[in-house]
Amino acid sequence: MAEGLGVRWAGRRGGQGLRERAIESLIHLAGLSAIGLVLLIFIFLLREGIPTFKEVPLTALFSIRWYPIEAIYGLAPLVYGSLLVTAIALIIAVPLGMTTAIYLGEMAPDWLRDILKPTIEILAGIPSIVLGFLGWVALAPLIQRAGAPTGLTAFTGGLILAYMALPTIISIAEDAIDAVPKIYRDGALAIGATDWQTIHRVVLPAARSGLVTAVMLGIGRAVGETMAVLMVTGNAANIPLGTQMLFEPVRTMTATIASEMGEVARGSAHYHVLFTIAIVLFLITFTINSIAARIIGRGGGRGGQRG
Amino acid sequence: MTRQQTQRLASIAITTVSAIAVIPIMAVILFIVTQGAPALGWKFFTTPPSAGMTEGGILPALLGTVFLTLGTAVVSMPLAIGAAIYLAEYSAANRITAAVRLAIINLAGIPSIVYGLFGLGMFVLFLNLGTSIIAGSLTLGLMTLPVVISTAEEALLSVPAEFRVTSLSLGATKWQTIRHQVLPHALPGILTGVILGLSRAAGETAPILFTAAAFYLPDLPNSIDDPTMALPYHLYVISTQVPGMPLRIQYGTALTLLLLVLSLTLVASVIRSRVRRRREW
Repeated sequence: MAEGLGVRWAGRRGGQGLRERAIESLIHLAGLSAIGLVLLIFIFLLREGIPTFKEVPLTALFSIRWYPIEAIYGLAPLVYGSLLVTAIALIIAVPLGMTTAIYLGEMAPDWLRDILKPTIEILAGIPSIVLGFLGWVALAPLIQRAGAPTGLTAFTGGLILAYMALPTIISIAEDAIDAVPKIYRDGALAIGATDWQTIHRVVLPAARSGLVTAVMLGIGRAVGETMAVLMVTGNAANIPLGTQMLFEPVRTMTATIASEMGEVARGSAHYHVLFTIAIVLFLITFTINSIAARIIGRGGGRGGQRG
Repeated sequence: MTRQQTQRLASIAITTVSAIAVIPIMAVILFIVTQGAPALGWKFFTTPPSAGMTEGGILPALLGTVFLTLGTAVVSMPLAIGAAIYLAEYSAANRITAAVRLAIINLAGIPSIVYGLFGLGMFVLFLNLGTSIIAGSLTLGLMTLPVVISTAEEALLSVPAEFRVTSLSLGATKWQTIRHQVLPHALPGILTGVILGLSRAAGETAPILFTAAAFYLPDLPNSIDDPTMALPYHLYVISTQVPGMPLRIQYGTALTLLLLVLSLTLVASVIRSRVRRRREW
């Protein structure tokens, strides 16, 4: 990304004196505050989370039971719950999102594209609690009627999360497809390729880094989502395996924090463990977003225009 | 299969799958509107819940969300606009700038519940602000920073370089140029970013769970040091924590929240598209 606008600032120095220099210092401070804030958040999580490692043996954290009433703090079921729900969400959202992005970018008539693109961007703003509520009152009963022992399952959570992440995935993926220079398409079509061959062999490979970014940000959103999964995944700290695993209740890391933090005593082992879960979440999303940032950084500067 | 057949098959498949992706999202909105509309009305917005929340309206929750959103604006606007000016006008292409950008991307990705825990640890407990509007606003304000910074920076960068060069050549200082030439032209774009950030803050539950939100308060908060009810948390409470809650009130609350958030988003995108159309350069 270009830094500033490349204007060489050679304005008079000192003319306006102290006031101006004070304002400029504040602006610099505001810019650097972003770094400060990330560090501050991490340090605070560490401060409240690290005592865990004195209070709870490390092997206990890796156990497969989460049962705080008896001081059993195995994180495995929570990590498993988060991974399972996220995986379900991605399996649904990635193909749907990519295909919709292709449709919007390459096939939709202009009028439809002009309606759908802004609508989808606005829909990205639906609060997660509203979708969680719908999952709770409308979707869960449907899933139960379809034969599951309960409607509050990993699948219910994954499905809600998928549709929550879809607008983000569609929007970023469509931007990536849109950025592929028109000349690539013209070249392919000119040598006799069909539209589909052009999309499949030329446009998609050229947009690859942007498409990967869309998926990464979708993962980040799904792992960190709280209220909707709290309402619809059933919140049982199990590790369901086998053929019915999708239709059994699970409990994610985020939902655990949200449902238990309100009731723990400050400074207790349980309180510290919940902050440790937050550290795990922070590290997961930090890694995902740093990778996405690198991909964006590499893919940048290749901009093209649509015809 | 000839390539023409593949082409036809692919285009049918892509159109179908896109419909599967888009139609449910639209249907969700339509569903909430039809289910929630009967509950809405002047009385619903202006009366507090009664009879253990199973009757009455949503006044304290609605006002609480307005207070929290205004608080969020106060917290995030100065910092975010300052950071955007730094990135667009002052930053050099060096490692510090790269670190700032990486930090902003990561701030955008931190889960909202982690912001909530940070707010609990930092504002509620460490700074001893207690569960309060101010603690919630600070938490939400920090959470919205990345959105506002990115949009505001984009707005500043879209002001042509010629404006700056001309102003400087007339002898203006760098800050005078930014203050009198760049900022006025970028203002609508910056406003878009602020409103987008606020629309996100208004709909969030997890960050206020432990920093500001109250289960039920018969009276409105007296000061920013008081806890408050809030619309998203109220929706959570009445759908999962209160037995025997009438569906009508639940859907009405969901629709109110949806309308509030989507109308903010809509205002932001209208401003953005009007600015783009009116631009004279």
